[in-house]
Amino acid sequence: MPREKMQIIVCGGTSCNGNNGEAVIDNIRLELEANALENDIRVVRSGCFGLCTMGPIVKIMPGDTIYTKVTPDDAHEIVSEHIMKGRKVERLLYKDPEGKKPLTTEKELTSHKKQIRIALRNCGIINPENIEDAIAHKGYEALATVLTELKPQDVIRIIKDSGLRGRGGGGFPTGLKWEIAYKNKSDEKYVVCNADEGDPGAFMDRSVLEGDPHAVLEAMIICGYAIEAHNGLIYIRAEYPLAVARLKSAIQQARDYGLLGKDILGTGFDFDIDIRYGAGAFVCGEETALIHSMEGLRGEPTVKPPFPAESGFRGKPTNVNNVETFACISPIILKGAAWFAGIGTEKSKGTKVFALAGKINNVGLIEVPMGITLREVIFEIGGGIRKGKKFKAAQTGGPSGGCLTEKHLDLPIDFDNLTAAGSMMGSGGLIVMDEDDCMVSVAKFFLDFTVEESCGKCSPCRIGNKRLHELLEHITKGKGTLADLDRLKNMSLVIKDTSLCGLGQSSPNPVLSTLTNFRDEYEAHVTLKKCPAGKCKDLMEYFIISANCVGCTACARVCPVGAITGERKEPHLINPSICIKCGACMEKCKFDAIIIQ
Amino acid sequence: MKKIKSPEELKKLKTEALERLYGKEKIRVRVHMGTSGLASGAKEIYDFLRLELEKRSIEADVIGTGDMGYSFAEPTIEVKRPGETPVVFGNVDKIKADEIIEKYIKNGEYVDGILPVNYQSIY
Repeated sequence: MPREKMQIIVCGGTSCNGNNGEAVIDNIRLELEANALENDIRVVRSGCFGLCTMGPIVKIMPGDTIYTKVTPDDAHEIVSEHIMKGRKVERLLYKDPEGKKPLTTEKELTSHKKQIRIALRNCGIINPENIEDAIAHKGYEALATVLTELKPQDVIRIIKDSGLRGRGGGGFPTGLKWEIAYKNKSDEKYVVCNADEGDPGAFMDRSVLEGDPHAVLEAMIICGYAIEAHNGLIYIRAEYPLAVARLKSAIQQARDYGLLGKDILGTGFDFDIDIRYGAGAFVCGEETALIHSMEGLRGEPTVKPPFPAESGFRGKPTNVNNVETFACISPIILKGAAWFAGIGTEKSKGTKVFALAGKINNVGLIEVPMGITLREVIFEIGGGIRKGKKFKAAQTGGPSGGCLTEKHLDLPIDFDNLTAAGSMMGSGGLIVMDEDDCMVSVAKFFLDFTVEESCGKCSPCRIGNKRLHELLEHITKGKGTLADLDRLKNMSLVIKDTSLCGLGQSSPNPVLSTLTNFRDEYEAHVTLKKCPAGKCKDLMEYFIISANCVGCTACARVCPVGAITGERKEPHLINPSICIKCGACMEKCKFDAIIIQ
Repeated sequence: MKKIKSPEELKKLKTEALERLYGKEKIRVRVHMGTSGLASGAKEIYDFLRLELEKRSIEADVIGTGDMGYSFAEPTIEVKRPGETPVVFGNVDKIKADEIIEKYIKNGEYVDGILPVNYQSIY
């Protein structure tokens, strides 16, 4: 076998680029040319290494050597020492912050990587439409252990000991939920998987179902065994056609292989799973509403108690868990409760999948241990804020959550810390906002969503949220007063206290948290009638600085409503009564003559 | 296919499946085809790779999987050369896929757009 060619990989992630990464690449290429090596050694750009605080990163293959914080001036030493003489440049190797021992290879560095894949362990690895692929990757192994070696109480104890909490948002201890369902004796019980993922920007459940549906099926059978149920139902939104198709094929294959149905693995245990479709109503993610919807009734919540574990689907004890919760079960059985409990914080164990969205460079799914800080998530794994702008806030928990600001950047993320900070874990959507986002508009956006999604059963949610939305609308139009801010707060608290279900109890959260963290922005809207971020159209005016305007007429030509007038080579004027504030002129102007006031 | 009737049979099936998947060292390409991947054109890349690898007489397994979560760089593919660690490439279009076949799959030469592994696996 020919000797592996030497190659140089330079991180081309946005953050490294901003740190002179391009210059590093150029200089390395120049150094190689100077030594007539440019044809033998390739230099390529890679995506983000997820080590942005240590960037720019240079990796040399073979040997997997990682250099951190490389400056353009280091190119000479890397080429002359490492490439030419095979000697590592010690001073550029990554030093373990505790041990001071240099970690040379990417493999060693991997243990420092922030992400651990438990729920996503097989996503992107197996062919989800082939059950044998799943079996090769430890699929159904935990089920075999459970059915042959453990009693239902043992399974419940393991899940309890692991400290697993519901990943759908509330964070209720899963083991306890199973125990309650187990203790409620009945001729029939149900295991329900809540795959009604409705938060804007969240898609972790979809990814699990699309990438590894067997993880969920296996865990549902285990749950069935633990609570002595024989029927499973997956409530999934019909808007996820691919997830539905893969789930269906997975269920069919599991039946064909005898992993669902009668006498599973010859142990005498029967369990089967069916699919129920949701029509995309957000409230149906609430477990009582979900159960009603499955029964063919309107998707409306009812007062708890009775909890579903006592009287759920068709009045029988029902255990409802989220997709991600189920996806964690099999590793807990195989690797032990202590292993799982060893990850995360004191009260929140294991990992959480987050869907990064908004103004962040590496949009996508990540799975990180609980207790990670927002800073690590956004600036290391997420690759920082787009276009080098300033971080303003991150919304967690979607329309039920609140925003975290700069002062929360170093807060360890777990269920309780987020609640204490006025937000919540939610299902794991994390929307990042930068300095250009108006927080009043953000709150209004989420209210838009809840007003639309409120089922209308209880008045605080139906009427209250509508009124909140109207107040916000007023404020963004410059018609608000200081008294409106107090009214917003009071009304929010009343809605939270008096609503029937989780939707209404949490819908004012975005208002309350933006009001607490960005009161100055609200005040600017009502007292100065200004939107500091320049987002609220009614509060801004486009204006031409005559000193900068050369009269090129580009703006006048692009204006869709003819609001700009002026002679050629003379400063132009915008007529504010015609202007619709679309911003087209500002984009077109090459002379920075148009500003927002 | 036959039903699995005992944990032992499950174990046996696992061994067989592992052998089928990884027993013979050959080039393996995973195309990440979840909703994000498919929306960015992963299916075309999957078809392209299957067709082109066969045309160019390269023996390889091309597998469609779910997404890895690299939504910012879809479509993504993972290429494993015998005896080497797998490499993930992002933003793969047909031109990039062709470059990957010619340079990386054939000669082990990297091309731009590698996505470094940024997570720990549990097994």
